[in-house]
Amino acid sequence: MNTVTTHDALATYIVRHGDDNVVMGQRLAEYVSRAPELEEDLAVSNLALDHIGVADHLFTYAAKIESGDRSGDDLVMFRAEREYTNLLLVEQPQHGFGDVMARQFLFDAYQLPLWEALSGSIDDTIAGIAQRAAKESTYHLRHSSGWVIRLGDGTDESHDRLQKAIDGMWRFTAEMFEADDLDREMASQGIGVDPSTLSDSWEVKIGSVLEEATLTRPADPFQASGGRTGMHTEHLGPMLAEMQWLQRANPGLSW
Amino acid sequence: MVIAETSRVEHVRDLLDRVVDPDIPFLTISDIAILRDVEITDSGAVTVTITPTYSGCPAMATITSDIHTVLAEGGFGDVTVDTVYTPAWTTEWMSNDAKQKLAQNRIAPPDSVLAVVPEVLCPLCSSGEINTISEFGSTACKSLMVCTDCGEPFDYLKAI
Repeated sequence: MNTVTTHDALATYIVRHGDDNVVMGQRLAEYVSRAPELEEDLAVSNLALDHIGVADHLFTYAAKIESGDRSGDDLVMFRAEREYTNLLLVEQPQHGFGDVMARQFLFDAYQLPLWEALSGSIDDTIAGIAQRAAKESTYHLRHSSGWVIRLGDGTDESHDRLQKAIDGMWRFTAEMFEADDLDREMASQGIGVDPSTLSDSWEVKIGSVLEEATLTRPADPFQASGGRTGMHTEHLGPMLAEMQWLQRANPGLSW
Repeated sequence: MVIAETSRVEHVRDLLDRVVDPDIPFLTISDIAILRDVEITDSGAVTVTITPTYSGCPAMATITSDIHTVLAEGGFGDVTVDTVYTPAWTTEWMSNDAKQKLAQNRIAPPDSVLAVVPEVLCPLCSSGEINTISEFGSTACKSLMVCTDCGEPFDYLKAI
């Protein structure tokens, strides 16, 4: 494989993880000021900051590898829906606090083992970002697990709402563990990780928390997929429009 | 005047002691171990290496800008601030002195990251009877606690 292709592949690989985090961060940011209590509002904004911070590091690195004209910010602000390669789970909108915590929990339980695995990457920058993010993910997962248990094992109302939230997000979970050629190539080079190797750890965590939360593991066999190739649910486009309009209307705008 | 390289580095480090964490303004970037390295070339070009605390810490931009400002004031025009991610920042790097400053300012210092159950003491009455109000506090690096003995609500710098 020639050098150019290797660089392209590496940048593409980094961008997909950046996309997961910037979309997750934007969704959480939408919820700021809407949490049920002040402490949770702080928590949601802190979670958003962590995800956007990781995304910033990843996009800055991807732009450096591309060594073209695009900056890390350009990657976020000037790519269209079909160019975004995030997982479908993170783009799902929230209609309440239960949705926020269900999505967070399902994603945290995937991201923690992902960052732990990427901490051993032979790429120093990826390893460093992953080591930092793994510590934050540990906190995120503890927080979201705590809420899933409190709401699931709470009142009838909170139990029902959380069960509905988990049921609604469930169809987007298998996609997290689908490996494509790029994943396998990056894994074989010791740079990345094959996501299918993360599912055992995820299943254990999900199983134990749902049980403690008195929630039922959804049995729905239907699973959606396509985020990594830019085939998104109807929710990503409007979210990007909101996120990108200022930069698109005023290119080059800065603080 | 020719100053030996070590003393020139010391001089830059002294200047950098004026740069504080804007969220914890009684701690310098050296106290909190964000400052990792200082290098200076024969021509006087300075490279300051820093490591971010949290991925999304909004203070990092301010800190980078402050580093440029204090060094410019000290006569160093050619300054590069390098951000390195490896190894990842940890509260283990904070000196005991820094932890004491935290406690004096009523922020509970981080316990060892190896502690299974971190020991958190009330910075007002030193009681160990503490409840967590929120895992996430006023900034990314702190959580919010309350002492059940004296009723003091306080920030705890999370051990990571």
